[in-house]
Amino acid sequence: MSSLNEAPQIGRFDGIKNKLMRREKLTDTVFLLTITISLFITIYALAVIFLGDKGFGKIQMFFNLFNENAALIVIACGLSIVMVTGSIDISVGGSTALICTACIVCLNNYGFNFLTSLILALAIGLAFGLFQGILIAYLEIQPFIVTLAGMFLGRGLVALIEVNQIQVANAGFEKLSAARIEIPFLGDYNKKGIFLQSKLEYGVVVALIIVVLIFLLLRKTSLGRSFYAVGGNPQSALMLGINVKRTRFLAHALCGLLAGIGGFLYLFHTRSGSVQQATGLEMDAISASIIGGTLLTGGVGNIFGTLFGVLTGGTVLLIVTAIGSQDPWWPQITRAAMLCFFIILQSVICSRKRRKSE
Amino acid sequence: MQDEILKMRGINKSFPGVRALQNVDFTLFEGEIHALMGENGAGKSTLIKVLTGVYAKEGGEIRLRGLDKPVTIKSPQEAQKLGISTVYQEITLCPNLTVAENMFIGRAEEVIVNWKKRIDKTNAILASLGISAKATQQLSSCSIAVQQMVAIARAVDMECKVLILDEPTSSLDDQEVAKLFSLMRDLKNRGVGIIFVTHFLEQVYEVCDKITVLRNGELIGEYLIKDLPRVALVSKMLGKELGDLSALQNETACDISRQKDIVVEVKGLSGDSGIRPFDFKTCKGEVTGFAGLLGSGRSECVRAIFGADHVTGGEIKIKGKPVHITSPLKAMKNGIGYLSEDRKSDGIIGDLSVRENMILALQVMRGFFKPFSKAQAYAFADEYIKLLGIKTASADTPISSLSGGNQQKVILARWLLTHPDYLILDEPTRGIDIGTKVDIQKLVLKLADEGMSITFISSEIEEMLRTCSRLIVMRDLNIVGELKGEDMTQDRIMHTIAGGATNHGDS
Repeated sequence: MSSLNEAPQIGRFDGIKNKLMRREKLTDTVFLLTITISLFITIYALAVIFLGDKGFGKIQMFFNLFNENAALIVIACGLSIVMVTGSIDISVGGSTALICTACIVCLNNYGFNFLTSLILALAIGLAFGLFQGILIAYLEIQPFIVTLAGMFLGRGLVALIEVNQIQVANAGFEKLSAARIEIPFLGDYNKKGIFLQSKLEYGVVVALIIVVLIFLLLRKTSLGRSFYAVGGNPQSALMLGINVKRTRFLAHALCGLLAGIGGFLYLFHTRSGSVQQATGLEMDAISASIIGGTLLTGGVGNIFGTLFGVLTGGTVLLIVTAIGSQDPWWPQITRAAMLCFFIILQSVICSRKRRKSE
Repeated sequence: MQDEILKMRGINKSFPGVRALQNVDFTLFEGEIHALMGENGAGKSTLIKVLTGVYAKEGGEIRLRGLDKPVTIKSPQEAQKLGISTVYQEITLCPNLTVAENMFIGRAEEVIVNWKKRIDKTNAILASLGISAKATQQLSSCSIAVQQMVAIARAVDMECKVLILDEPTSSLDDQEVAKLFSLMRDLKNRGVGIIFVTHFLEQVYEVCDKITVLRNGELIGEYLIKDLPRVALVSKMLGKELGDLSALQNETACDISRQKDIVVEVKGLSGDSGIRPFDFKTCKGEVTGFAGLLGSGRSECVRAIFGADHVTGGEIKIKGKPVHITSPLKAMKNGIGYLSEDRKSDGIIGDLSVRENMILALQVMRGFFKPFSKAQAYAFADEYIKLLGIKTASADTPISSLSGGNQQKVILARWLLTHPDYLILDEPTRGIDIGTKVDIQKLVLKLADEGMSITFISSEIEEMLRTCSRLIVMRDLNIVGELKGEDMTQDRIMHTIAGGATNHGDS
């Protein structure tokens, strides 16, 4: 009978343990976002301190970081959305290449202007998103396989349209593309002591507006919250009354649309197109999302984290260029190290969570 | 008298080969906590799933208060709309979202989320139900009990009339259970009808008003709690009448006082499956049994001994030598074999042949880098196929094409090949035909005769009485008694399970 008397005591100890564990904590999303932002600030600050003479001392360097990465920011936003729902899209690089080449051909040969080529870009991106979304959400095919096919399709279609590298030859488009916003009061002195005002591309403004819009979508709308619920636990989301299939479909459609916008920004920035263009862009976007604190397993992620993920990756690239290393592997190795760090961090968080739920 | 809020009449449901529900009635009143009891396969979960729209019923009708016509419930969402909410043992909320979001997400809601309103409302609900969580807290940072209560709070806020709690207490500790119960009583006073599914007898008598007992898909009856003593409930669940004395017994009694023959001795062992610390010993050639209702902890005990669940405390001595068992492999190397309860998921590897399945455990013990020669493996397989009378085309037949009984024999052979000193058989005869059952029972007695210690667990009491020489009785994750010799009768077992081993009948 002694075992009977002991039982309630053990229960009491468990109760105390649980009480200790119930302290309120930062949500995982906020926790990972904090780390990302600190990481970016640290890296950029170190670059300014140690590589100030190699361009990092200049304010324009900071704006160039945005100018170079506007397209990637938009595309990474799309990927963050699908990753939050627990899915993936690796077709965005292929669709970007297709958008560039298709738009250039239309601009050069078929009398398209800025607006019509923008519509074409959005249509291509959205078409990829809708089609892949149907296959993934309603036919329940593995997202990786579906979007792998999408990636090949994108590259294949580029080669079908134009095998060679081509440039935009459309005066109206080029004029718009060359336009810059001059930032008042900010700027640098060049070697001759002349003040050069800092310049920002219009694409950056578009990208930042999209970041804010997607942030509001994810934070403030019931659709946005459904993305998180589906990524957190699809079975539970279903039981809570969420239309899981539709949510997944919309995530992919939205990712496609953002890839369309991102692809157009890419064209707007580079004004060229080729089969090999934007190779690995999808991987850059995925790694930016991960560095930004989006969990590949779904349910956790923040768009501002993704923005900082892109900027961190871009900074590393700039640092390596500034050091003057011509070897292409240093940016890759640095990024690998950063990814490792974040994946380890994420798995620690996941295992902590699992231990708690047991 | 209060109103009936739910009336199920003549519910029928069958699955291929099984009639899961036959003509079952169930009635729930306003402000009532109604226990749904039954052993495995009794039809409890099927009935719940019919009610929540997971399964479509094949016959009968469901009526809800306030609706003139019988309803057909097609999905859990539809059930929720009709005011039937379910809280499962597994939390069906999103761990990555906050408490407030989990309360409101997925309910026909506005396009733009008003966070402030949600958080305020959530805090108000949590406070009114006495749940100690904050609206802005991430759900995964709450204890399981609080998560469960959040699920209940969501159901309450959706104005559910019928709340189904499907084994909500299995992962809670005593204090958490007490909190859950006070919440249940609170809801009861508000007029919610609660269907409570649990394996824990104590809890039923603590909190429920009525009990409906199912067995083998049939309704046994509906009783007021005060009219049904525990022992009568156990007898109804197991389908054995009191006084139905069975004379069949294992004659081979064993003298446990002879210390030198003790094979396994366990002291204060506890595991993370929730089992309370227990002591156990068995000697050479003894067949012991763990008796108890489903969920009483009988499997958890042996799983802890075998290292299949994470052990949190206590010690094990094998033949007087202390051992530290942290994994099944270590247990095997110390001469323990364990035939698991769930043949399909823990036991057989369907695509491998009979021979491969058989030598698996022995191979693991030997190490994978020292494979057996094919001839050796065939010799083993053929020997045991003959010995156990396994009906298979050849030793190379995939095990999945064998009948359940023969699959079980193959797995038995797997463990016999390792020549364990102590073999644990957890429900070895479930779902297999009578002939094979008798074969296995005979084999158990023969092995014991040859000096192997065996622990035999079964849901069928007769089977335990026939094979075991000593029975450990469990209730609610505790060992509550030990029966041997003349005391081993169905009556005594049922009384012990019900919790009145010494003072007969009254409980």
